[in-house]
Amino acid sequence: MSDNLSNLFSMPNGHAVDIKSLDRLNISQFQETVMNGIGQGLRISAMFAHPVSSDGLRIWAILTHDRQSLVVPVYTDLKTRCYPSLTPQCPQVQGFEREMFEQWALRPEGHPWLKPLRFHDAYGNTGLSKSCQSPVMGVTDFFRVAGEDVHEVAVGPVHAGIIEPGHFRFQCHGETVLHLEIALGYQHRGVERHLIGGPNSRTIHYMETLAGDTTIGHATSYCQAIESLSGARPSLRALALRGVALELERIANHVGDLGALSGDVGFLPTMSYCGRIRGDVLNISALICGNRFGRGLICPGGVAFDMDGQRASELRRRLDDVEADLNSAIDLLWKTSSVMARFEGTGALSRDLCDQSGLVGPVARASGIERDIRQDFPLGIFQYTQIPICTGDSGDVFARAYVRWLEIQRSIMFIREQIGTLPDGNSVQPAADLLSDHLTVSLTEGWRGEICHVALTDDQGRFRHYKIVDPSFHNWIGLAMALRGQQISDFPLCNKSFNLSYCGHDL
Amino acid sequence: MICERGLEVGGQRSDFEDSDKKGDESMLDVLLARIQQKHRTISYPKAPAPKLPDRYVGLPVIRQENCLPGCRLCTDVCPTHAIFRDPNLRLDLGRCILCRKCEKSCLKGCIQFGSDYRMSVRRREHLYMDGQAIQLAESLDAAGKRLFGRSLKLREVCAGGCNACEADINVLGTVGWDLGRFGIQFVASPRHADGLLITGPVTVNMKEALLKTYAATPSPKLVIVAGACAISGGIYAGHEMVCDGATGLLPVDLFIPGCPPHPVTILDGLLRLLGRIR
Repeated sequence: MSDNLSNLFSMPNGHAVDIKSLDRLNISQFQETVMNGIGQGLRISAMFAHPVSSDGLRIWAILTHDRQSLVVPVYTDLKTRCYPSLTPQCPQVQGFEREMFEQWALRPEGHPWLKPLRFHDAYGNTGLSKSCQSPVMGVTDFFRVAGEDVHEVAVGPVHAGIIEPGHFRFQCHGETVLHLEIALGYQHRGVERHLIGGPNSRTIHYMETLAGDTTIGHATSYCQAIESLSGARPSLRALALRGVALELERIANHVGDLGALSGDVGFLPTMSYCGRIRGDVLNISALICGNRFGRGLICPGGVAFDMDGQRASELRRRLDDVEADLNSAIDLLWKTSSVMARFEGTGALSRDLCDQSGLVGPVARASGIERDIRQDFPLGIFQYTQIPICTGDSGDVFARAYVRWLEIQRSIMFIREQIGTLPDGNSVQPAADLLSDHLTVSLTEGWRGEICHVALTDDQGRFRHYKIVDPSFHNWIGLAMALRGQQISDFPLCNKSFNLSYCGHDL
Repeated sequence: MICERGLEVGGQRSDFEDSDKKGDESMLDVLLARIQQKHRTISYPKAPAPKLPDRYVGLPVIRQENCLPGCRLCTDVCPTHAIFRDPNLRLDLGRCILCRKCEKSCLKGCIQFGSDYRMSVRRREHLYMDGQAIQLAESLDAAGKRLFGRSLKLREVCAGGCNACEADINVLGTVGWDLGRFGIQFVASPRHADGLLITGPVTVNMKEALLKTYAATPSPKLVIVAGACAISGGIYAGHEMVCDGATGLLPVDLFIPGCPPHPVTILDGLLRLLGRIR
């Protein structure tokens, strides 16, 4: 790193640092550091505020350097409730600045899109009267296009399918979408506030249900954070089993989405097959731990269930069946011109836009960005084995679908390899107390992309603050941008190619 | 161009068969895939339910007789206060997330989670377990069965659900379970529905939408709640931003516990409600 960044403290993924050893920057140094980092290709994995005194707030930015596998935590303390917004120069912070504004009435001056993110009351005393604070769910100043023949379409929060709630507001000219605005917050359960003071008996269950389809991803991030704060070192065997569970989660969700994409273009064979095969993959997770979503499997210090030889061979047998069924089901997609005609060129995102917006996961990879925590910030089993990264370049529905199909195949190979060579070791190592006054950053490549957990402990070793950034938090803006200039009838298809989490965003 | 480790691995349009010219072959591929995929719809309920994994966590059984007076090991570890004394040991299946912490903490084996997937009941109080057999859901009365017994259209409302309950409800619509063969279908509008299936702890931000959806459903109508969250708030019970489930907001006709309930638990509940199994 060059410029002032080289003087800053940096650390690998899953490490803890004494907060007192970090330099406090003033707001202009802080913002300069962030912008310097962005200029050098770093990303913002998390940005959040928490109170440090009766009237002061501390703002953290967690910068990540993909090429050097380094995490750079920087902070500043603010006595005032406003600062100059970075969003106009750095669009990827738009969500974070809105979040801090909503939570702490911390106003980013000059933010072009300062609207509620989750529609809840501000935390603590903001100095505003109650009536100014309380937002009404879904009532906001939606962007509108005026003019002859322009019309507006509103969808949600209750959708036609069995999916989570959110509100979509389309500005259309005929069939063409000029602009899509997505209003979320319906799923807000107030998780982060209830993590403060933990860990306690509910903590792991919160993690497992932040986004229920990413139980393993979030639980892994959490446990890595706990382990870095307590010095617990899970055995290689436990790490391998975590990796197997993480990749099973990826396969199950990718398969389900490929089936749903197929259904959205009216190609029923692959839809029907994938719906069932997804269930078979979930049942492999249940073979390991009894639960189809992997509940109860990941625990601080390792995994709660071991794998005996008989179970391993049953797992391999089922994985072979899944692979054979998938090859026949998915291959149909690429061979059917009516499917390809709908997939290709639909909802394309440019690489530049993905970079500027800080998009992650298969969405970014489909636009040609080689970004994957398993390669860039390897932790756990991924320190000892590699999964090739798959990228596309067209950034459309086809690329997102095809990248996912390649990821499924690589994950199957990975699982087979791991199960065939499971190291010895205890499944779980006891965890000790957490270090006091430390900060840790734990990144995991969930099936939607980068999961970032940041834990800060107080002088008692309890959580002073716990920040969760689901990949959906970065990627929802990508969906909105992908719809520009598209036919409104392609919305379900685009939406499914992202398949973002509502509750993961709303927390 | 699709790349792996930076090397092109295919994915150009020209890499795929030009099926415009080979329409017949494409059709053949579809038929071959159909043969590979076989017929997979389960025979349940005519045949026994699909075999559940050996580590599956099902209905808990309480054994009062061994319980030590004054012991609080299980009540202290329960994340949702599902297990308590009044003064006998009781377990509220509506709050239980089946995490087994109580079972592991107990020195006397008073709580044991079995492999029985049948858990759905008609009344909230039937979810309180104290050692008696669970009173599984009874069917609707004759008028209800006449109305809904052969055709039940449901509108699903996710109100803060984490997408696990939702996913396992969706599974019932796949070819493996084929919910349609029972005349049960999920419809896009409450106007077309005979009732609601609710998941999630009902967030404050979804309360109005849920109540409006209920109001938009023509009477007579059913309300079914699936999952610990929708019954009691689950692990989110007591949060400022949730309403502790739908139970206090709407008249509930069927409670399906679990976190999330296994698809067979949901199907068992629905079929019991319609009098298709007893």
